[in-house]
Amino acid sequence: MAELTQEQVRHVAKLARLNLSDEQARLFARQLDGILDYVEKLNQLDTADVEPTAHAAPLRNVFREDVARPGIGSEHVLANAPDAEPPFFRVPKVLDLGDSGA
Amino acid sequence: MQSSGNLQYRVIVGMEIHIHLATESKMFCPCPNRFGDEPNSNVCPVCLGSPGVLPVMNRRAVEYALRTALALKCEIAAFTKWDRKNYYYPDLPKNYQISQYDLPLAQHGVMEIPVDGQLKTVRIRRLHLEEDAAKLLHEGLVAASHVDLNRAGTPLMEIVTEPDLASADEAHAFGSELRSLVRYLGVSEANMQQGQMRLEPNVNLAIVRDGQEYRTPIAEVKNLGSLRALQRAVEFEVQRQLDEFERTGATMQMGNKSTRGWDEGRGATVLQREKEEAHDYRYFPDPDLAPVTPEPVWIEQVRSELPELPVHRRRRFVEQFGFSEKDVGTVVDDRATADLFERALAAGAPVRNLANQFISFWAMHANQRGVPIAELPVPAERMATLAAMVEQGTVNATTAAAIAEKMLAEDTDPQAIAERENLVQVSDSSEIEKLVDEVLAANPQAVADASSEGKKQKKAFGFLTGQVMQKSRGQANPKIVNELLQKKLRSS
Amino acid sequence: MDLSQLTAKQIVSRIKSRELSATEVIKHTLDRIERLDGQVGAFLSVHREQAAARARAIDDRLAAGDDPGPLAGLPVAVKDNICTRGARTTCASHILEHYQPPYDAGVVERLEAAGAVIVGKTNLDEFAMGSTTENSGLGQTRNPWELDHVPGGSSGGSAAAVAARLTSVSLGSDTGGSIRQPAGFCGVCGLKPTYGRVSRYGLVAFGSSLDQIGPFATDVHDIALLLSAIAGHDERDSTSVPPTMAATPDFLAGLDNADIKGLKVGLPKEYYGQAGLDAEVSHAVGEAIEQIKAAGAETVEVSLPHTDYAVACYYLIATAEASSNLARYDGVHYGYRTPSPSDLIDLYSRSRAEAFGDEVKRRIMLGTYVLSAGYYEAYYLKALKVRTLIKRDFERAFGEVDVICSPVSPTPAFRIGETVDDPLAMYLSDIYTISANLAAIPGLSVPCGLSRAGLPIGLQILGRHFDEPTVLRVGAAYQARTDHHRQRPPIASA
Repeated sequence: MAELTQEQVRHVAKLARLNLSDEQARLFARQLDGILDYVEKLNQLDTADVEPTAHAAPLRNVFREDVARPGIGSEHVLANAPDAEPPFFRVPKVLDLGDSGA
Repeated sequence: MQSSGNLQYRVIVGMEIHIHLATESKMFCPCPNRFGDEPNSNVCPVCLGSPGVLPVMNRRAVEYALRTALALKCEIAAFTKWDRKNYYYPDLPKNYQISQYDLPLAQHGVMEIPVDGQLKTVRIRRLHLEEDAAKLLHEGLVAASHVDLNRAGTPLMEIVTEPDLASADEAHAFGSELRSLVRYLGVSEANMQQGQMRLEPNVNLAIVRDGQEYRTPIAEVKNLGSLRALQRAVEFEVQRQLDEFERTGATMQMGNKSTRGWDEGRGATVLQREKEEAHDYRYFPDPDLAPVTPEPVWIEQVRSELPELPVHRRRRFVEQFGFSEKDVGTVVDDRATADLFERALAAGAPVRNLANQFISFWAMHANQRGVPIAELPVPAERMATLAAMVEQGTVNATTAAAIAEKMLAEDTDPQAIAERENLVQVSDSSEIEKLVDEVLAANPQAVADASSEGKKQKKAFGFLTGQVMQKSRGQANPKIVNELLQKKLRSS
Repeated sequence: MDLSQLTAKQIVSRIKSRELSATEVIKHTLDRIERLDGQVGAFLSVHREQAAARARAIDDRLAAGDDPGPLAGLPVAVKDNICTRGARTTCASHILEHYQPPYDAGVVERLEAAGAVIVGKTNLDEFAMGSTTENSGLGQTRNPWELDHVPGGSSGGSAAAVAARLTSVSLGSDTGGSIRQPAGFCGVCGLKPTYGRVSRYGLVAFGSSLDQIGPFATDVHDIALLLSAIAGHDERDSTSVPPTMAATPDFLAGLDNADIKGLKVGLPKEYYGQAGLDAEVSHAVGEAIEQIKAAGAETVEVSLPHTDYAVACYYLIATAEASSNLARYDGVHYGYRTPSPSDLIDLYSRSRAEAFGDEVKRRIMLGTYVLSAGYYEAYYLKALKVRTLIKRDFERAFGEVDVICSPVSPTPAFRIGETVDDPLAMYLSDIYTISANLAAIPGLSVPCGLSRAGLPIGLQILGRHFDEPTVLRVGAAYQARTDHHRQRPPIASA
């Protein structure tokens, strides 16, 4: 795989919503590059006919019955909110129209 | 093919629909699944996305989706799982949405919709389950937005069709039919104003110019609050894309699909702010949720409980019971009401009278109360009796309406009401004849006018009829009154 | 009587017999923590009033002839990534520094239903990401054996609390070795249960398909005692196994006079050939295995051919899951928010940048990258497939043997500050523990000696899915013949 560029690092940082200083971007690029080099070794293995294990336990069909229970109350919901205008959470004005990204 | 100037074109519409499922509790936690409550009052640590919480799947949500998928004749996946769709937004407490990506619950179905008196088949590409986002409120706020998590985690069913719809009318018909369907299945109230059914048409055109076919870029339209808005928006898009193509010749390419919002006030779609980067949702299987392998026994049980679909039931009510296309919806759109109608038939109601009563006073009372006819406090048997009473001539139509009103107020049989209130129609000719004679004797001028012609005659006849009805306190059989009056007038 | 020398079993028994009161036990514990934790740094918060109040309530119930539960009055320390309602749960991160959960974790509910008294929350590597507790954003925990050495991680605080005998037992979490390795470094016992054995409801998620909560204690009997209290199906955790799939056995049964005659113990040839394996560790573990043989077990060489791929596989899966699990820390609903953000994206990016430590950022970045468009198949999906191969290695091995023994760590604890600059080297030290998380099998770490420098060495015992009883039996049989687990650092006797 190609070396991890700082631009790629910045792109990933953006996806992950992490501000990085130039120094951090450089450091992370180097460190992540080293780790990615290391994980390359997985390509030594032929996994063409191997099923991926996406779930740790072989459980299927785990459901709960459709019974409603009251919420914990808006007071408790907002208790740890950094910025609230009860009964709402408050965030900087969101500019996009319509439904979120979905 | 349609024409616009020297272009011929075909409209292509595919729909993406999100339907809010009417379960008691949310998709992954037991919070109440309700609309309109105090903000943030139906929230728990799970739907708040608190550190350490885990989702647990609501069985009924899966069942409702399964029911819908079977009604749409979809293939049900033998193995289905949930995936995380990762993106950051304040209406997404975990900053990922639990949805389904590559192995949805159902695929490859069909829905029939009525188009110009025929049934058209629309292919369903897929149907899956996901959780809804919270609500963001901006109105009246300048520098901030408010977040209400009541809606976060409520169950949504997403349905995607193939681009099989060929006009705004068809898109409207599809939306209407789907709405009827999910209401029939009891899986959603599908109230668009409350956001319980959200329709997003993907619109483009196939334009033929100088023997070559071109496809315009696809536009996805959001923010439609009603079926009418859907229709108008598609119509607008068609025109806009025609104009755009004439102007720029731009065609559909990888990645040039746009998202547009419907502006009801302007009656136009508006290009939405370009997102800073194309979304990379980094889907991966949610490790917190066990995959589902719907058991054949379960599938068969749900399939066996499917009702007759509204599109077919409507057809049958028109053909079997003589409803007009215009009126049949009054009785068929609400499943319980259609069931009530058929129960009343089974209880011996004569079909024409019953149908008339349903679309006249029963519908009126239901509308006044803001409920479907099935929720009126009158059982099927009594409705049947009342219809039969009119057919047998025991009461006339006007009296029946009066009796109906009383039936709503008290828990009494219509027959009993009629007898008690002396509303039983008098069909005894000799009794009526007595009244007719009295009226004729008392109104010589009217008698004279009634023997003339034209408007004067009609008016006088009507007056005389009215007098007889009045004298009989509305109980005289109008047909007999009419016959006797005519006979007497002719002979006078 | 020096209460700090009592095991949990002894404490519980003496409180039940009213020889000791819960109040005096808790007071003793809190005083000890006050006196000594300044040196160790195991605790991030101590629940002084609440613990004292609970102890009093338990004494009242005992006086009234009630049975407050099998752990009545027992002081327990809990890793600070396990939610305790109304009490700070920080995950050792600035981003949750003042966060108070509105609910208790499933294991906390169970501990309290059993009568245990949670005395405080212990330090960890931030969000459980690390192997030394040096990544804590809120303080350094020191190895009670050598205070300028690391206690291991990520459950360094919980391990150190027990090593210093501040409490007799504690709870930690294990995603890639975070219970077993600090247990090894601190000379105490630590168990990672089978995935699904213990509820994860209330455990702040790091690697969802790998995380498990488990106990630390000074001996295997106490491990079993705690496990009995916390194990069991929780309907709020879809990954917790229902009784129909795996009933909760009596973990205490068969530990007295533990009989392991005829048991087959596997020794993976790939483990003992590792270049970085310290000679003293190899020797101590070798001796331990001799003891186990002397108790009647038989050793068999087995092969786990995909051992060398485990670390790579783990770091792709764990970081991918973590990148998603930690997305919720965005300054909107709880946690740290940057002052005066210019807009929404700024709010997210700055809050997270200011409050997350470097290792957390690194792992989020790596995880985001391996899930991103164009890389999913090559990295994440590939890792999921390699995971299957590793699982199969263990299935095959357990066809021949009943348990597998190995070192816990290639080396004993090292100095604070020694590996901070080389994340990859850090990851490689997880070589022995990481596979058990990938394969979802249980693993126990027990002390098996000290290095010449006086630092503990740990023996790891791995078992089949849901076969904690056999794993514990081997540990108990070993401890019946040895007294490494009774060794304690000087500070423990202070």
